[in-house]
Amino acid sequence: MTNWLRRLWAIIESTVSPRYFYQLSGRWLPWFAWPAVILIAVGLVWGLAIAPADYQQGNSYRIIFIHVPSASLAMGGYLLLAICGAITLIWRVKTAEMVAKAAAPVGALFCLMALVTGSLWGKPTWGTYWVWDARLTSMLILLFLYFGVMALQSAFEDVAQGSKAAALLAVVGVVNLPIIKYSVEWWNTLHQGSTFRITERPSMPPEMYLPLLVMFLGLYALFATLILLRSRQEILQRERRSQWVRQLIEDERE
Amino acid sequence: MLELQNLEAWRDDRCLYQALSLSLQPGQVGHIMGPNGVGKTTLLKQIAGLNAFMSGRVRWRDAQVSDDPQRYQQELLFLGHLAGLKSALTVAENLQALAVCRGMVLSANQLEAALERVGLTGYDDVLVAQLSAGQKRRVALARLFTESPLLWLLDEPFTAIDQAGVAELEGWLADHAERGGMVLLTTHHRLSLRCPITPIELIPA
Amino acid sequence: MIWRIAVQVFQRDLRLASRQSGEWLNPLIFFLMVITLVPLAISPEPARLREMAGGIIWIAALLAVLLAMDGLFRSDFEDGTLEQLLLTPAPLPLLVLAKVLAHWLQTGVALTLLAPLAGVLLNLPSSVLVTLVLSLLLGTLTLSLISAIGAALTVGLRRGGVLVPLITLPMHIPVLIFATGSIQAALSGLPVVGYLALLGAFLLLALCLAPFAAAAALRLAVSGS
Repeated sequence: MTNWLRRLWAIIESTVSPRYFYQLSGRWLPWFAWPAVILIAVGLVWGLAIAPADYQQGNSYRIIFIHVPSASLAMGGYLLLAICGAITLIWRVKTAEMVAKAAAPVGALFCLMALVTGSLWGKPTWGTYWVWDARLTSMLILLFLYFGVMALQSAFEDVAQGSKAAALLAVVGVVNLPIIKYSVEWWNTLHQGSTFRITERPSMPPEMYLPLLVMFLGLYALFATLILLRSRQEILQRERRSQWVRQLIEDERE
Repeated sequence: MLELQNLEAWRDDRCLYQALSLSLQPGQVGHIMGPNGVGKTTLLKQIAGLNAFMSGRVRWRDAQVSDDPQRYQQELLFLGHLAGLKSALTVAENLQALAVCRGMVLSANQLEAALERVGLTGYDDVLVAQLSAGQKRRVALARLFTESPLLWLLDEPFTAIDQAGVAELEGWLADHAERGGMVLLTTHHRLSLRCPITPIELIPA
Repeated sequence: MIWRIAVQVFQRDLRLASRQSGEWLNPLIFFLMVITLVPLAISPEPARLREMAGGIIWIAALLAVLLAMDGLFRSDFEDGTLEQLLLTPAPLPLLVLAKVLAHWLQTGVALTLLAPLAGVLLNLPSSVLVTLVLSLLLGTLTLSLISAIGAALTVGLRRGGVLVPLITLPMHIPVLIFATGSIQAALSGLPVVGYLALLGAFLLLALCLAPFAAAAALRLAVSGS
């Protein structure tokens, strides 16, 4: 019985090996990259030029086409970090460690994009570039959580040890995330009685809803593309001493 | 009694050793040898159970260590590069605290006897900060007599020991082996014991 | 036996603290200095100070705790005591808890005792001081527990001390929000029980989870060295 389990585990281990992931991701990449380019191009044109102006906010609302998907990806990205972190720590899967290291800056980038677009929206709507509303403040704290993970990763000379420490931090951070969000929302209602919400989502007509959906899909595809690209880079870097990587380099040279 | 099966260790994405298997019986003194950086300390720490993320199996008394690590750790003493002593505490305070941390209570007699064996009689109330490097090493070695473990895991125990001390330490190693104990040590020093030594050589790939 | 070992670790840390007073005294002086900076930098006007007092005291306390945290595991790591702690029969999370409690007595509790003085400096009415002290008692232990995770993650790094605030500050924010909230409520004469209960809940959560996370981080640090 244990022998059978051991063999099953060996099969699973080889499936999630860095080498296999590298080959798999190579095949998946075009399927994410091309749709990303097309969907984002279509979405931007549709959202920025074709969709009708908003009744209340005029043309400035159009920033939500970038802001909302970015914010969603920023949070999803951290969740991805935490999941990869948990897999690294519990099952010692090396690939998860590398994907986490690759994904952190991408998630941080989308978080920054969400903050910048949110702030740009604030200017025409409320006259200032920054307001301490619940969502923006939570997003800023999320950015700091990202920076923490990235700083910890790069502080270690032993890359493998650094990745594991960052994995643990990501898992601890994700447990804190709902608590932080709740606390910030509560703090916000205490200090600003009025409804100071940047993303009001009343029922959107399809002329606005559809381009948003396209941008969602496009940005998600972009996110996946960037992560796959960076993961592949990270795998090659970490596994540079192994046989298959050296073979790959040899083949490239010819 | 001690069995190592397929031990593997990585450092910085470099494999230090793979498929390392050996067994050690009571009365044996294992000498782990090899050039600097080859993984001797890593191996010793892995055997002690300090390297959580390495693979392979360690068996003690025919049982998996991972099933009941405390039982195994109760019977061994690991003395690493660092002495493991707090410099702001006295010698006696250190030894007593370390003994309690393994579930033992040290009587005044036991403490005195141990200090006598390592040549530090009367140093009970001296702060560790005031000792020389060699004396600190001796205090650490005193634990071998206060805690009387079966398996000695010693990492470079001859560091900072003078020539007379070297002969003494070699004597203790041989005594322990003759009485049925087990020793695994790493050292660059050329050992000359009156009992046989099992060499374990790590060779870089 | 396990209990005795935990008590031993606790006592040893307190004994060390009594012989190395610089370790715990410095953060307290830092705390008072930060409090002094605010009237100098912003305004000594009593009404303004009273309004901001809760926040200032809490930020100063937070910074002082973070400053002190680096020493929690570092000296043990550097003299080899940490390795030995991993080899005791007692579960590591329990020993981490013992160390954090000993450390908290030197920092958090000491800060709490200084807090009424800080309150007076910042013109807080004495009716609010009780809430201030309670919020600090509950909150500083939570802060110590969370920072212990950061300290454990960075213990092997040479300049790890700078990283501890960076990686743990976001997680301190909920405690900060509700602790200062309780003081604001007390200033307005509103009930504070809810806030303190929530701080208590955070403390319980930290007590249950932080020792395990810190223990895992310590094992990681020891295996890498």
